[in-house]
Amino acid sequence: MTTTAKALLRREMMPHILCPGCGHGIVMNTMLRVLARRYDNLNNVALVAGIGCSSRIVGYIDANTLHTTHGRALTFASGLKLARPELKVIVVTGDGDGLGIGGNHLIHAARRNIDLTCILFNNETYGMTGGQLAPTTVREAFTTTSPAGNTEPHFDAAALATAAGASFVGRGQAFRPDALEEVLERALDHRGFSFVEVMTDCTEYFGRKNSLGGGSDLLFTQSRSDEEVSRDLSEWPSLRPGEGWQVRETQPIGVLSEDSRPAFEESLGLPGYKRKET
Amino acid sequence: MELIQGNEACARGALAAGLKFFGGYPISPSSEIAEILSSRLPRAGGVFVQMEDEMASLGSVIGASLGGLRAMTATSGPGFTLMQEHLGYASLAEIPCVVIDVMRVGPSTGVPTAPSQGDVMQARWGSHGDRAALALAPASVAEVYDLTVQAFNIADRLRAPVVVMFDEVIGHMREGVELVPPRPEDIWRRPDPVGPPGSGHRAYAPNEEGVAQMPRFGDGYRFHVTGLFHDERGYPSTNAELVRQTLERLERKLAPVPFWLPPEKYRLGDASFVFVAYGAVSRVAREAVDRLREEGVAAGLYRPRVLWPVADAQLREDLAGAETVVVAELNRGQWVDVVARALPRSIRIVSHGKSGGEPVTTDELLAAAADLQPRSVKSS
Repeated sequence: MTTTAKALLRREMMPHILCPGCGHGIVMNTMLRVLARRYDNLNNVALVAGIGCSSRIVGYIDANTLHTTHGRALTFASGLKLARPELKVIVVTGDGDGLGIGGNHLIHAARRNIDLTCILFNNETYGMTGGQLAPTTVREAFTTTSPAGNTEPHFDAAALATAAGASFVGRGQAFRPDALEEVLERALDHRGFSFVEVMTDCTEYFGRKNSLGGGSDLLFTQSRSDEEVSRDLSEWPSLRPGEGWQVRETQPIGVLSEDSRPAFEESLGLPGYKRKET
Repeated sequence: MELIQGNEACARGALAAGLKFFGGYPISPSSEIAEILSSRLPRAGGVFVQMEDEMASLGSVIGASLGGLRAMTATSGPGFTLMQEHLGYASLAEIPCVVIDVMRVGPSTGVPTAPSQGDVMQARWGSHGDRAALALAPASVAEVYDLTVQAFNIADRLRAPVVVMFDEVIGHMREGVELVPPRPEDIWRRPDPVGPPGSGHRAYAPNEEGVAQMPRFGDGYRFHVTGLFHDERGYPSTNAELVRQTLERLERKLAPVPFWLPPEKYRLGDASFVFVAYGAVSRVAREAVDRLREEGVAAGLYRPRVLWPVADAQLREDLAGAETVVVAELNRGQWVDVVARALPRSIRIVSHGKSGGEPVTTDELLAAAADLQPRSVKSS
């Protein structure tokens, strides 16, 4: 390690706003460990977020941090990256933020293949506003605005990003931070738009409303499937057999797609954009 | 001397001011600004990007500004509406940026793209909350150039979003102009950061003008920027006293602007009958003043170049000698309330608003004056 995860925290910002049992803390910790391995300090890293529980995380990290408006983090990040191509820009967003109000920006950032890493925390609900229906909520799930069960189909965020042209698409889970670490490392190494969907949990709302249990019980629901769900990972975590939980089905995790094409910065010929970052 | 339109003057003013980033979305009647910059800005070492909508446009501009570049976007009414949330963000987070609004008839898609001054109140109150707003209103092609330069200066010095708003007439009208680029010493800079780089930097510590002394991102000062109310480190706060103090400071720091860009006073000295007009309407009002003077009426014109903020005391003093004030606008009467609030009740204030997409004419103003003159003549 070049530094430690703890050293990258803004300790003076604690306590954080996350609820006990929330999966976001595990994802944040994983991000910090990845960053700590790559950097001495985060002087050249900008963390840009929208609005929601996951977006609050950037404020806890001792970097150039930008907490923007609901859904628009990718637009701020795009301007910043084009102005300062030498910076490593990482966007933290949620499923409501990135796929609901901000869905348009996601597909266009992917289409441009701008060299950003977008980490989308998917807890299948609007947590900060009280557990309402999200574009990622699966059918039949209960939320505070789908009291009779959701009747809408949900977005597959990774498939959407792939279709829109993201040159790197991966998925991880709060349940398996080791696998997530590998996906995040590869996303940060990638040149061009890299998108990582992370399955995480809202214990206060989604878990409670759907009787999925809280904390660790809810985490376990991320890893229940009869199918092989690993994609392009160095080591595959073992699964527990699927049983009981009706509204959750484990999505494939790992590196789902990756290709090499010029980043937007290269296409624009930006002088500050180096071909190879270390 | 060259013959150019207002929108081109705007693009060239921005380049002369050192514009290095433009993020925009096409909309008439502002599109020429983006078109011109798409070819000239990259040649000037800047970045042009066409974003997916107006929210993205201003978002990208704010991001680029945090990266240290002079950045702007250009739009018209419907797009200006979509930008309101980010105008509020830029105000509270103190991110310099310039927004050009070439006004057309609204509400909604309205009459594309007939001229209007219908966004004046939107520029003031379009974004939620008690926001302090800055809006400049040029009235000629040459002034579009000059005020675009000044918009960047003010945005940087005060770390605030500046709106430059003009109606479609000014945007598309061609005039013979001699553009004078600003000298290096005419370009204002952002306040320098204080203190050493490192973590927990107090980027929002205000200087003596009440302006955050914020470094750009990526220079080793690690700080937080948010649309939440925040302390000097940028860390979120819900402290009611901090909220009140912040709002007060953000308003106070803009107060000098009407004095930096004073109003034009045309034949105002002894005038008892005064037109208040801005943008294209002020041009016909000037002609109406000349015609009324030929008829012996003590007429004058007061033309604000800064619509927001308003210096009430300055307005009151400048119009103290008036008996009748006609506020002529290409809307149903938006700035007239500003004038009415500032002036004593002894002055008769009349709104001459026009909507529908046709310009105000000199004859209309003369007819309005004829209706009002008796009192003016009698008392003078």
